[in-house]
Amino acid sequence: MKYIGKKVIMMAATLLTVSFLVFLSFFVMSGDPVTSMLGTQATPEKVEALREEMGLNDSFFTQYFRWAGSFLKGDMGTSYSYRMPVESMIVDKIPVTLALTGIAFLLMLVLAVPLGIYTAKHEGGIADRSIYVINQIIMAIPPFFAGILITFLFGRIFRLFTPGGYVSYKENFGQFIGYMFFPALAIALPKTAMAVKLLRSSVIGEVKKDYVRTAFSRGNRSNQVFYNHILKNAVIPVVTFWGMALADMVAGSIIIEQVFSIPGLGRILLTSISNRDYPVVEAIIICIAFIVVFINLVVDIIYQLVDPRISTQEQE
Amino acid sequence: MKRRGITKLFLVFVLTTLTIALSACSGDKTGENSSKITVGIPQDIEDSLDPHKAVAAGTKEVFFNMFEGLVKPDANGNLVPAVASAYKVSEDGKVYTFTLRKGIKFHDGSLVTVEDIKYSIDKCADTSNGEPLIAAFSNIESVNIIDDETVEIVLEESNTEFDADLASVTAAIIPESNQEPDTNPIGTGPYKYVSRSPQENFVMEKFDDYWGEGAHIKDVVLKVCANADSFVMDLEGGSVDMIARVTATQAAELSDKFEVLEGEMNLVQALYLNNAEGPFSDVRVRQALCYAIDPQEIMDFVSGGKGTEIGSSMFPTFEKYYIEELNDTYSKDTEKAKALLAEAGYPDGFSFTITVPSNYQQHIDTAQVLVEEFKAIGVTAQIQLIEWDSWLSDVYTGRNYESTVIGVDASSLTARALLGRFESTASNNFINFSSTAYDTALQNAISSTDDGQKTEYYKECERILSEEAANVYIQDLPEFVAINKKYGGYQFYPLYVQDFSKLYIVEE
Repeated sequence: MKYIGKKVIMMAATLLTVSFLVFLSFFVMSGDPVTSMLGTQATPEKVEALREEMGLNDSFFTQYFRWAGSFLKGDMGTSYSYRMPVESMIVDKIPVTLALTGIAFLLMLVLAVPLGIYTAKHEGGIADRSIYVINQIIMAIPPFFAGILITFLFGRIFRLFTPGGYVSYKENFGQFIGYMFFPALAIALPKTAMAVKLLRSSVIGEVKKDYVRTAFSRGNRSNQVFYNHILKNAVIPVVTFWGMALADMVAGSIIIEQVFSIPGLGRILLTSISNRDYPVVEAIIICIAFIVVFINLVVDIIYQLVDPRISTQEQE
Repeated sequence: MKRRGITKLFLVFVLTTLTIALSACSGDKTGENSSKITVGIPQDIEDSLDPHKAVAAGTKEVFFNMFEGLVKPDANGNLVPAVASAYKVSEDGKVYTFTLRKGIKFHDGSLVTVEDIKYSIDKCADTSNGEPLIAAFSNIESVNIIDDETVEIVLEESNTEFDADLASVTAAIIPESNQEPDTNPIGTGPYKYVSRSPQENFVMEKFDDYWGEGAHIKDVVLKVCANADSFVMDLEGGSVDMIARVTATQAAELSDKFEVLEGEMNLVQALYLNNAEGPFSDVRVRQALCYAIDPQEIMDFVSGGKGTEIGSSMFPTFEKYYIEELNDTYSKDTEKAKALLAEAGYPDGFSFTITVPSNYQQHIDTAQVLVEEFKAIGVTAQIQLIEWDSWLSDVYTGRNYESTVIGVDASSLTARALLGRFESTASNNFINFSSTAYDTALQNAISSTDDGQKTEYYKECERILSEEAANVYIQDLPEFVAINKKYGGYQFYPLYVQDFSKLYIVEE
């Protein structure tokens, strides 16, 4: 429990730092929310009046603490460009980004686990070697490029989905998931390649250890040894990777949303940055940071469950 | 045995995931709702939904369907009564008297009252923020309610074009009772607001109690298609039925399911020069740049030869004011350009920066041709791409730039909307143009009550801009509207608006 408590405090500190850095970056960047609000109607008098009204003339720390204070009270503020509460802007978009990440993660597991085990068991075989080559190629393809290739191949040539034909989860959940499949694949592919490679080498590493010989000598059948002993140990480093990959996918989905025209958090984040709409940017970045930090926390806890040695070390 | 169970479970899991995903993929495409049109828009309505506060051109062109002023423009560029059923102007051009249309309703069902009119006009004329929302409204002396159906607007100085300013979406009549105009827009237009989802869509529905002919199509969904490169895919894939501004190349790629209508954007596209900056303060340098370019070459490169050449800050759809001869003030003449530069003290040319907002491909393409053309007279130009927001703050309001390629639109159906900004003291005179002759001509145009005389003065302004080479004028960009042949009735306006109420369904 003490361990988890420590982690939660770390988590809060991280979020606070992130929010401060985002706020600071808006101060350093050129451009101004007021000019983007007033557009071509901006005159020096109007700009000044609006800056005063919005409290943008206050010092950096006054502005930051005012924002942080209301954020802690649960008020994310009002969007400068949309003039609507930030909560209502992003609350519908969080499930979109989470669904995209979730499907990508599932795809990674579904593809990587069997392939990793198979290649480890048949080390050096034709399948292992060809998968190795394919893996190397896929690992080198960044998700946005994979996205373009997938759009072209499955969207335009095989016509398995309509590019840009995103359907909201509120309208039709099935079609929503269907549209998410290919973007999720684009995010999942490079991570899958890495996961396969990692699981394979981890399993191979375990096979050579002494306890495996002992297990065999006790008369266990080879599959029993494999699944009950080897895999259990081999999976520990892989779980860490999965956690990191999941956190990475949350961030990666922002780029993929652009390629597949998915109106999730990413699209709003990008336009809000160019509009200097910092209440929205802050809210989204903190939201993403929270998800990432939370995943890390969960991974830490799972890690502890899988490998009791960790908590013993902590107690010492 | 245990292992078998796990493997089986895993297999079942894999198969279900794949089945769900793939079966969902083959679902039917767009729903065939006969009374709906999905229009792709390149930028979301990132704005307040209060017509008085909205600033983006993309917002206003949509609001045209939801809001109306006392009068409104029609597709031929005439002003027609809207919230007012009739109006008259006193002879001295100082008093405008409006009669409220009988029984006209707001979208929330309430009747429009003269109080709402006074409230709306007063709000637009409010100077507590330094300047009124509409510059011309600073001229309002008072808004008086005469009786239940008559309102008069008294001006300080005569202005016979004041009705055109009342026709802009910014001067929309909105209910005084609406507490949340920013998020809950209520107007009198043929369409009413339903919902919005940031970066996803903006939904409107036909207003059944509309006073006029009303809309034909029940639902209009504006879908944000942020990726301009995939417009063709969006249209062909059926996720949108219409996109108002596709490029010439995209138009050529479309299948025969679509009709491509050609109009004009009603923008004055030019290389705007900061007249107060370095070499550009010398008129000979500005003229030299004008002699260096050929608008046709630019049109060939940017839009497959389409577009309309212009020679001053006026586009051809404003027929009354447009002077075609000004296109010939500067015909491409490299020698003359070099001679002018030598005369101005730049025999070896000079170098400068063209700042272009990165979200406008057509302006970027134009700048690229300009760079090549200027090379021939020994002038080196570099293109600097900046974000739209930085363009607004650095170039437009900060005036901290050398030159920029942009298109300037007219906010109302008046010549003043285009020419007013070049008055030396105008707050939106972003090129720092300064000419006493121009200021006089403009003031004469504004104050004259005789229409013929007024037009002459405006034309004088245009000539001065051309002679002084205030900017390197290029073209009014062509507009290509791609629309599914299922729909008809699209109309071009001489202003930057989209009128969805005229659209109807052709087949079925």
